Amino acid sequence: MTTLSRFEIDQPGSVAEASQMLGHYGDQAAIYAGGTELLLAMRHRALSYKHLIDLKVIPGLNAIKARDGVIEIGAACTHRTIESSSLVREMQPVFAELESQVANIRVRATGTLGGNLCFAEPHSDPATMLLVLGATVWIESARGTREIPIEKLIAGAYANHLAPGEILTRIVVPCGKSNHRAAYMKFQIHERPTLGLGLWLETLDGGRTFTAARVAVGCVSPFPHRAPVAEALLTGSRAEVEKHLPETAALIADGADLVDDHEGSAEYKRHLVDVFLRRTFLKAVGLRISS
Amino acid sequence: MKIGFELNGKAASLEIEPRETLAEVLRARCRLTGVKLSCEAQVCGSCTVLVDGLPVSACTYLAYEIRDKRVTTIEGLADPPGRLHPLQQAFLDHFAFQCGFCTPGMILAAKSLLDENVHVSDEEIIAYMSGNLCRCTGYLGILKAIRQASAEMKATWKENRSTS
Ligand SMILES: Cc1cc2nc3c(=O)[nH]c(=O)nc-3n(C[C@H](O)[C@H](O)[C@H](O)COP(=O)(O)OP(=O)(O)OC[C@H]3O[C@@H](n4cnc5c(N)ncnc54)[C@H](O)[C@@H]3O)c2cc1C
Ligand code: FES
Ligand code: FES
Repeated sequence: MTTLSRFEIDQPGSVAEASQMLGHYGDQAAIYAGGTELLLAMRHRALSYKHLIDLKVIPGLNAIKARDGVIEIGAACTHRTIESSSLVREMQPVFAELESQVANIRVRATGTLGGNLCFAEPHSDPATMLLVLGATVWIESARGTREIPIEKLIAGAYANHLAPGEILTRIVVPCGKSNHRAAYMKFQIHERPTLGLGLWLETLDGGRTFTAARVAVGCVSPFPHRAPVAEALLTGSRAEVEKHLPETAALIADGADLVDDHEGSAEYKRHLVDVFLRRTFLKAVGLRISS
Repeated sequence: MKIGFELNGKAASLEIEPRETLAEVLRARCRLTGVKLSCEAQVCGSCTVLVDGLPVSACTYLAYEIRDKRVTTIEGLADPPGRLHPLQQAFLDHFAFQCGFCTPGMILAAKSLLDENVHVSDEEIIAYMSGNLCRCTGYLGILKAIRQASAEMKATWKENRSTS
C-alpha cells in the first residue's frame, strides 16, 4: 500500500474564497473535487500538493438547472448525479446515456464532470460530446466570471486553459429540440475508452434530409477534435449522406491528429473511426445497428 | 481532524489525518479487514464499500469524505443474530467465489444495485457490476447469485408493500 504524502484539506465557503486560496498557496495547492484523478496522481508522486481545496463543500456547485433551452450542470456534479438526473434524461438524453457509461459505478459515484474536463485526460467521453452539443463553460475567479466554449477549455493532453486561480463552475449544455438527432458511441476494452464518436444532426423533415451537422471524435488523439470539413458531407439527403460516410470518416480521421499508443496504432484508429461513424449515424437516425 | 460517521449502523468517531484513505482507516484502525486492497487504482473493485448507499473505491477515497455519512462494509451485512443477507446466502448457494478476494466488493456493489432497484434485468446487473473484477469464477455464479437475491428481495419488497 502506497501512502499519500501529507497535505491539508481547506474548506472554502465560496468560489471567490477558493480562488483566493489558490492565489495564496500558488503551486502548493490544487482544487480537489472527487479526487479520482488527483489522488491517483498523488499516490504515484506524479503530482504533489500541500493543500487540497475541497470544491464539494461550496454550496450550489452540485446543482442541475434548466434555463431557456439549456441545462446548467454544476462543476461538482458527479457522473452518477448527472446520469440519474430526470432533467438531463428528459432534455438531453444522449448526455445522460453517455454519463451512465463513464468508467465504473464507483468512479461515477465520486468523480465529477468538472474534474473530468479540467484534468483533460485524453480518454474523456463527455468532452467529445460536449463539443458536438456546442456546450460552454463558466470560469470563475476572485477577479470575475467568463463564459467560453468548451473547445477553449481543453488545451491538450492533461492541459487546460485555466489561468492561475480560475475554477470551472458550470457546464452549459444546449438542449436538442425535436428537430435534432444526436448520438454518442464508444469503443472500450480497457478501463478507459479507445475511441468516442459524437454526432449531432439537424433535420426539418423527420430525418429525410439534414440541414446542419456536427461531428467530433475523441480518445484517439491528445484531445477531442471536431471535423468541420467532414460536417459539410453530413448535410443533404439521407441517402447522399449515407453514401458518403466512408469519405466523411476519412476526413474526420485526417483532421483528428491520430496517435499510436497502447490503445492501438493510428491506422487501427482510422479504421475504428470508419466503423463507428456508420454505427453512430445509424443510432442517431434511429436504426438498428447490424455489424 | 476529528470526524463523526455511522459505521455498519453504529455511531463512530475517529481522529484522522487528511491523507488517510478509507481503506487504511477501516482495515488498520477499525479492524474491518473484509475491505480488500488489490489494484489501488479504482479498477478492480475489491475495496468497494458503501457510503450513503453508493459504492466507492476505499483504496482511493479519503476517509475525510465520510464525515456525517453512513459507511457499510461486508461485516455489517448479516443481521446481529448472524443471519446472512440474501446476497451472502445466494453467493454461498451458487458457489459465486473461489479465493473470495473479490467477494466483499462484489456483494456490496450488488447490494447498492438491488437497494436502488430490486427489479433489475440481467443486462442491468452486468452493466452495473462491470467494474468489479473476479479472477476466479468466470462470473456466471455471481450473476446467478445476484439474480436469486433479487428474486428474494423482491418477495420481501412485495410483503413490505402489502403490510404497509
Ligand atoms: C478507473 C477509471 C476509469 C475511468 N474511465 C473513464 C471513462 O470511461 N470515460 C471518461 O470520460 N472518464 C473516465 N475516467 C475519468 C473520470 O471521469 C475522472 O476521473 C473524473 O471525472 C474526475 O473527476 P474528479 O472530480 O474525481 O476530479 P479530481 O481528481 O478531483 O480533479 C482532477 C483535476 O482537475 C482539477 N479540478 C477538478 N475540478 C475542478 C474545477 N471545477 N475547476 C478547476 N479545476 C478542477 C483538479 O485540481 C485536478 O487537477 C476514469 C477514471 C478512472 C480512475
Ligand atoms: S483496490 Fe480499490 S479498486 Fe482495486
Ligand atoms: S473469487 Fe477469486 S477473485 Fe473472485
